Amino acid sequence: MAPTTGHSAALDFAQPEPVDLSSGKYVKLWQGPQHPGITGNMSLELTLDGDTIIECKTHVGYLHRGFEKLMEQRSFIQNFTVVCRIAVPEPAFNEYLYAAALEAISGVESPVRAQWLRTLNLEMMRLASFLMWIGGQGGAFGQYTVANWTLTYRDYVLDLFEEMTGARIYHMYMVPGGVRAGLPPGFEKRILELMDNTDKLLDQIERVMYNNVVFKARAKGLGIISPEMVDPYGVVGPNARGSGFTRDLRKDEPYLVYDQLDFKVITGSAGDAYERAYLRLQETRQSVNLIRQCIAGAPADGPFQADMPNMLHWKVPAGETYVKAECTRGEYGYYMVTDGSEIVRRVHVRGPSYTHAIAVMERIAIGTNIADIAGLMVSLHTYPPEIER
Amino acid sequence: MSLKDLLSPFYVWQRAFEKPYTSIRPIQERPGAAAYRGFHINISEQCIGCGTCHAICQNDAIDMVRVETFEGRNGDSGLRPRFDYGRCCWCALCVDMCPAGSLRMSNEYTWITSDPTEYHFTAGVEHTTWQENPLGYRRADGYHLYPPKRIEMDMLAADKSVQSFDEVVTGYSEEQAKLEADRCIECGICVATCPAHMDVPDYIRSIRDGNYEQGLQLMYRTNPFPATCGRICTRRCESVCPVGIQGEPIAIRWLKRFIVDQVAPQDYARILADPIGDSGRRIAVIGAGPGGLSAAYYLRKQGHAVTVFEAQETAGGMLRYGVPSYRLPDADLDKDINYIVSLGVDIRYNTRIGKDIGFDTLLQDFDAVFLSTGLSVPSSMRIHGEDHPRVLSGLQVLADVASGRDPGVGRKVAIIGGGNVAMDAARVARRFGADVTILYRRRIADMPADAEEIHEAQEEGCHIVTRSIPVEIIAADNPQQVSIKWGEAEMVQDPKGGRPRPVLQEDRMHVETYDSIVSAIGQGSDLDFLTKEVQEQLAIEWGKFTPGEYQHTQLQKVFVGGDVANRVADAISAIEDGHHAARGIERFLNPDAYTTTDEKGELT
Repeated sequence: MAPTTGHSAALDFAQPEPVDLSSGKYVKLWQGPQHPGITGNMSLELTLDGDTIIECKTHVGYLHRGFEKLMEQRSFIQNFTVVCRIAVPEPAFNEYLYAAALEAISGVESPVRAQWLRTLNLEMMRLASFLMWIGGQGGAFGQYTVANWTLTYRDYVLDLFEEMTGARIYHMYMVPGGVRAGLPPGFEKRILELMDNTDKLLDQIERVMYNNVVFKARAKGLGIISPEMVDPYGVVGPNARGSGFTRDLRKDEPYLVYDQLDFKVITGSAGDAYERAYLRLQETRQSVNLIRQCIAGAPADGPFQADMPNMLHWKVPAGETYVKAECTRGEYGYYMVTDGSEIVRRVHVRGPSYTHAIAVMERIAIGTNIADIAGLMVSLHTYPPEIER
Repeated sequence: MSLKDLLSPFYVWQRAFEKPYTSIRPIQERPGAAAYRGFHINISEQCIGCGTCHAICQNDAIDMVRVETFEGRNGDSGLRPRFDYGRCCWCALCVDMCPAGSLRMSNEYTWITSDPTEYHFTAGVEHTTWQENPLGYRRADGYHLYPPKRIEMDMLAADKSVQSFDEVVTGYSEEQAKLEADRCIECGICVATCPAHMDVPDYIRSIRDGNYEQGLQLMYRTNPFPATCGRICTRRCESVCPVGIQGEPIAIRWLKRFIVDQVAPQDYARILADPIGDSGRRIAVIGAGPGGLSAAYYLRKQGHAVTVFEAQETAGGMLRYGVPSYRLPDADLDKDINYIVSLGVDIRYNTRIGKDIGFDTLLQDFDAVFLSTGLSVPSSMRIHGEDHPRVLSGLQVLADVASGRDPGVGRKVAIIGGGNVAMDAARVARRFGADVTILYRRRIADMPADAEEIHEAQEEGCHIVTRSIPVEIIAADNPQQVSIKWGEAEMVQDPKGGRPRPVLQEDRMHVETYDSIVSAIGQGSDLDFLTKEVQEQLAIEWGKFTPGEYQHTQLQKVFVGGDVANRVADAISAIEDGHHAARGIERFLNPDAYTTTDEKGELT
């Protein structure tokens, strides 16, 4: 079984020749929006020559809920309950960035304890998100056993979210100015136990899924993102690090307490699906480690919310800001403009999926075997809801 | 490809015998976490129906609905939140915001029913299985959606304040006022409780917006004495302010004062722009106190010619002669009164009805009469020796000071009583350098005086002796002095459940000599200007009127209000009586215009 290669040549931005569908040589195929092998509600319009993809068009719009516009009609605190829905598997980054943007504009600094708890929350989120991703990547190559394991462990993390925040998915924990509560009694012990078990699980996953002849055969050489593509295509996060870029906002522009945590940016070189998958496994381990550091470092006492004005009619001073954080898929940003009134003038949410799922995907899908398209899509780790805010 | 990669996947057997993580519903229960945001619990007895939960809910999932059980309770709207679980997203902002702390969530999260209308329910009123659930989401200590603590008002230090009659309270700066105004949750419980139903949330919002002119306009719609009430109002609004349940109530009085202080008197006419027409009607008002002048203001705005008859040489009534200037400076009282007078209200000073003009003449010459003569006669202690020349009345002491005279209390003074007049008399005496002892028959907690006043009196060095009952006034050797015999009292529970009564202990008597004794145990009305016949017609009981609808009395043309006609006897109630009587007089004069029942009859 020869690995199918993606586009790895030097960049050429020329449009591919339009194919003559009436010639009978080609087949047009829709993958999604209800296909289980697609990540969320989007679809790929594929043109096949035999079983090789010669053209890929992405289609979004199946999930548009108009969050950015909705936020222009809600008070600042009400939006706090809205933003988490923008990326369903990773709501915490939205919560954090929404709060951080408001804090930047209004000049509020959240207390140290809140910063530790936020970091802990974000790393738990990263862990939960990666666990789901590993399952998805395994599933896309037929390894459903691994998917069952990781989804179970994701649920164990969600159990801890439930204890910490009061909810499993939409935590609504990072309120502007801090967080809503400290850690419940016994939480540290339970999370450290889970981290030990997760380490064991990740070792087993490495053996079963990564050191697997089928996975290696199909993922190696698949969907290569060449280093030349990274900047022109706006590739970030593990997708860029897999191509050799040392690029991680937690290190490059530390926020919260990341400058007090001990970790290294993990990079790869091959830039293919396997490299990205392996990199994410290592980052999952790193996240487990960071959670341990957060538990050790978070102060047990002290305020967890700054002195804030009355949220019922909070008028955030007029201002403009862009805040960003490293989510599992790379740089996640919030651009916010306020005009001094009780509602926000404009919020723009910039998730990494926008480029990864559209421009990058359309390019690297060309030349891929139709059987690998689902695995390739997952290997970019994209979430359609953050494309359609 | 290596052999290792071929064999390694067989490690999958390591987990082959693990138990499933999934639980089997409904055979197995899986309780939510201890702080899970599940179904709502409302402790409806603790809830006051302020509707803040409804205000913050971004899904409109909460409606406030009438619940009969709670209607008519003081500081309670009688409404309770009704949840629509077709809309709720369980964000718990309602719980975080609830100022009463009555709203919380249980950790239950499954609810199966075949009737979808059940998902629309009034928590704490309709039965739910989770109402008593001790687990679930609660607002954490140290987390607030509004600042619970009030912005401290700067005041003169007690050792300084006692040196002069300068106003003790210095007032908020703009920054302080905005911060305090920001704390308001705009529920409107205060509006219902204020006797004048002042539009509190809206004028507080005008502070947040920096629009003080609008604030002044809003206040004058219900109260033409904002500078006065901003200083000395009894502020029942603050006692019911929901923010006070788990924190400190909004300083509504100080915010009112702040707005007035921002507007110069010469701008009043332009801002308020009260149109003054001529209706051709003439109204007489007896007494230029807050009640009388409030009626005069709203009647004048209707275009009537208003004449106010005042026995004293200046207007203001008890505000002038009963409230010392360290609480209400003359300039601020004049700011209110001057504006009313500027609209063309005619005040006849030094004119006593019954002496200078007969009550009958008023009834003949005017289309309607508003009577608001207040309580001006000090109550008697009913003990032997009370007529001693060194026994003064609290009212007289305060009136002397207001008129610029030395009340002549001496160096060592005893004040009898626990009301605001007693506290004022005591603090005035301190300002004249006297050593002051306040004798009160019950405990400090029972004193009718404002807690703030009691505290400030103590700060200023007034010594309070509680549970002390005056028994007799005895002439002292020095004619410039007087002695009082008082006995200690024990508080005895009332078997009928009323408030505890002080019972005199005959064996524990004390005699003490003072330069003067100031009696301030209450005051009554002086209605001698009315003939016996008229008094009988007006159904006066215990020296007080019991007016009917719109302050109307049994005499066709006569309306009454103020201390002489209500039980609470404070300025804001008198102001509302005056406003309400003005509405009544308007209806009385133009009955045809008010035939429909839905007409509010609002005079603005």
